[in-house]
Amino acid sequence: MTTTAPKSGPNIGAIVIIAMAVAINLVIAKLMATWSYSWFPPQASTAAPFVDDLFALETGIGSFIFFGCTGVMGWVLLFNRADKYDESDGAPIEGNTKLEIIWTIIPLVTVFVIATYTMNVNMKLQNLGPKHKYVIGTDPTALVESDPIADVGPIDVIARQWSWEFIYPNGVRSSELHLPVDQRVNFRLTSEDVLHSFFVPAFRLKQDIIPGSVISYSLTPTKEGRFRLRDAMFSGAYFSQNQTDVIVESDQAYSDWLKTTAKRPLQPGLDPGRALYDRRIASGDKGWATVPPAPAPMVNDPGDPSIPHDA
Amino acid sequence: MTTTNYDPRVLKAPHPVPGAPDNWKRFFSFNTDAKVIGIQYIATSLFFLLVGGLLAMIVRGELITPPADLVDPSVYNGLYTMHGTVMLFLFLFPILNGFNNLLIPTMIGAPDMAFPKLNAAAFWLVPVFATVLMGSFFAPGGPASSGWWSYPPMSLQNPLGHFINGEFLWILAVALSGISSIMGAVNFVTTIIRMRAPGMGFFKMPVFVWTAWAAQTIQLVGLPALTGGAVMLLFDLSFGTSFFRPEGGGDPVLFQHFFWFYSHPAVYVLVLPVFGIFSELFPVYARKPLFGYRFVAIASFGITFLSLIVWAHHMFYTGTPNWMRHIFMFTTMLIAVPTGVKVFAWLGTLWRGNLRLNTPMLFCLGGLFNFIFAGITGVMLATVPIDIHVGNTAFVVAHFHYVIFNTIGFGVFAGIYHWFPKFTGRMYYEGLGKVHFALTFIGATLNWLPIHWAGLLGMPRRVASYDPEFAIWNVLGSIGAFMLGVASIPFILNMVSSWARGPKAPPNPWRAIGLEWLLPSPPPAENFEDDIPTVISEPYGYGLGHPLVDDEKFYIRRSQEA
Repeated sequence: MTTTAPKSGPNIGAIVIIAMAVAINLVIAKLMATWSYSWFPPQASTAAPFVDDLFALETGIGSFIFFGCTGVMGWVLLFNRADKYDESDGAPIEGNTKLEIIWTIIPLVTVFVIATYTMNVNMKLQNLGPKHKYVIGTDPTALVESDPIADVGPIDVIARQWSWEFIYPNGVRSSELHLPVDQRVNFRLTSEDVLHSFFVPAFRLKQDIIPGSVISYSLTPTKEGRFRLRDAMFSGAYFSQNQTDVIVESDQAYSDWLKTTAKRPLQPGLDPGRALYDRRIASGDKGWATVPPAPAPMVNDPGDPSIPHDA
Repeated sequence: MTTTNYDPRVLKAPHPVPGAPDNWKRFFSFNTDAKVIGIQYIATSLFFLLVGGLLAMIVRGELITPPADLVDPSVYNGLYTMHGTVMLFLFLFPILNGFNNLLIPTMIGAPDMAFPKLNAAAFWLVPVFATVLMGSFFAPGGPASSGWWSYPPMSLQNPLGHFINGEFLWILAVALSGISSIMGAVNFVTTIIRMRAPGMGFFKMPVFVWTAWAAQTIQLVGLPALTGGAVMLLFDLSFGTSFFRPEGGGDPVLFQHFFWFYSHPAVYVLVLPVFGIFSELFPVYARKPLFGYRFVAIASFGITFLSLIVWAHHMFYTGTPNWMRHIFMFTTMLIAVPTGVKVFAWLGTLWRGNLRLNTPMLFCLGGLFNFIFAGITGVMLATVPIDIHVGNTAFVVAHFHYVIFNTIGFGVFAGIYHWFPKFTGRMYYEGLGKVHFALTFIGATLNWLPIHWAGLLGMPRRVASYDPEFAIWNVLGSIGAFMLGVASIPFILNMVSSWARGPKAPPNPWRAIGLEWLLPSPPPAENFEDDIPTVISEPYGYGLGHPLVDDEKFYIRRSQEA
């Protein structure tokens, strides 16, 4: 009587199929990573390339995992379906300790690699100043030290329900934010009522503004243009109107703007929620209760909301 | 085996309230039978799924065009705040408590919950706080409108100055919901620890029981923080204290710590039982043992532990110092490890299986597909620089809904279809179920996949109007949302007509392995009563050829003859 020896040696067919699947998946992951750059607004600050590179890396790794896992699901759906009257069981595999340890360690290592890389990127952004609390009624800006390596500033950014006001070191006030290109700018962020958030998608940067605290914040714009500044922290009825533009211009244009604007008289600035509020009051205030918008800030340059923005 | 082999170490629950009605009226009474309470929970939450869905339809209707033209912006804010609150506190938490009630006692062979009256009281708090929450629509100034997270100082703004206002009622409802959930958690944890059938060691429990236990442990640790925060917020709002008011020296960011200490883990309270449902269903419909059962079970508590130290990732841009951001980034990303273990185990379970694609399995596969995607965007959100850009944008909303509806919602539907025959005694209609799945899968994908791109481009969340460059993504999203609304029609039809007139269900229509499938459909009042079986095997013994319990044939015969 002969016994059949268990089949030894690697299963070449399976290895070829798996290798091909992994190779195809790698190509798709690379394509997804490259494609992901187009999902963002243009890069307009020193932070933006770091953020986009990190996102592309994560999109690549994520795509590899996603298509790998769903590929297995697809394979199973194609080849492991039970026929209509087939009542039999599948292969009674209960587990495989080696495999389970491997697929615990691989994600663990991946997580550590991404986290370490991210920490490095985050340190390079260099934009977060400390948060200083102050007593309401005192001067918040006296507390916070400005960024020693900044070229411009500090510019005071005051957020209200629902408008933005910018005060430049020479005392000029505006409703739109003007910045010189390629210079590090320091801001002092304050809010007069509720939480707001300073968010310029083209800069890939965001910082909450907290009433009762003043925050020193710095960034370096790298591209001339007109970019949208959006309030990202929900701030009440006219929150979605609480947007203005950031105009990044050459150093010369910025200095000229500061000089000419200083001569202009103060006038009411942008107050985008006001029109909606007035319409609501005129129609008999049928919405649910809301706080009325703060008066428009008095500024030298109210800006022009009709000019289209780049991003 | 005929009479008792009852293990005196097993805590026995008191009998149901004497004279409890035995007809449809029992669902409207203070009944202490966990199965009645389970169905009460599930029916109530499905009603509120429709309410929350209707609110979502209006929100997506507003967002189908860039300007705020359908409703006033303050009305919009009230609608989406209530949508979030209703979906979380009146749909998801209650429906999973419904599953816990139906499944925990039957799966571990207990006659009932450890504290049946507490259990009924926990359920009856749901209609009470539902009334309080819905009542806020009629409060002067309208319902709460500061988002489901209710951040101060905005949530403390009270323009009309009335003592009773939408925010006041909202906080009251949330606190009552917390009390109800704590009552439930005490009950579920006690039942699991003390009332398992003889022989059912922890590593013979089904994974659903493991995940419910892990999830309810989070409730016990986390909810007191939220409730404390809510009480302080109520004091600030109504009695002039300054815990969070900057004018009085308070810190609004402190509330965010209280809130997220619970509210991030809350997502795991919801998703863990759904992982349990996936782990129960894949083996049944792939006809294979759950791959790496012990790893999957232990990973549940890995998630519980990690979930309690991740909350500050919601505050990366509130002025949190870098060292703290890096720590919370690490802990958040580490959650990918135990969840990854589960995903790989499910794939291992499917691999070389003998798959049956009926409705519960379709919802499981759809849910897993969506969850893999949600997990990847979740890791993206954990990394500080990405979160700084996409945090508080539509990207977060899309990721969140991929978890909360496209994963948890799918798991809930899978569970409803799978256990429907067991607890109603009727079969559902497979055709309607498949239509429901197809509409839900396409609708959910169309609803939430495009919104990720709106967020990457910089569209903030919670806006009533937006710039035209975001329009295409929002139009697609709204069409998907309306499709989800349509998907509810075959589901309602199926549930109502099947329960009323569906074919009678056998005790084990799916040939599943588990104590609940050894009971008649529907199970009698005290499940196995005194004839509690002795468990002799690990669960999920598909194809292994060994019985789950001692004298299994006796229980099978009895369930068929009942």
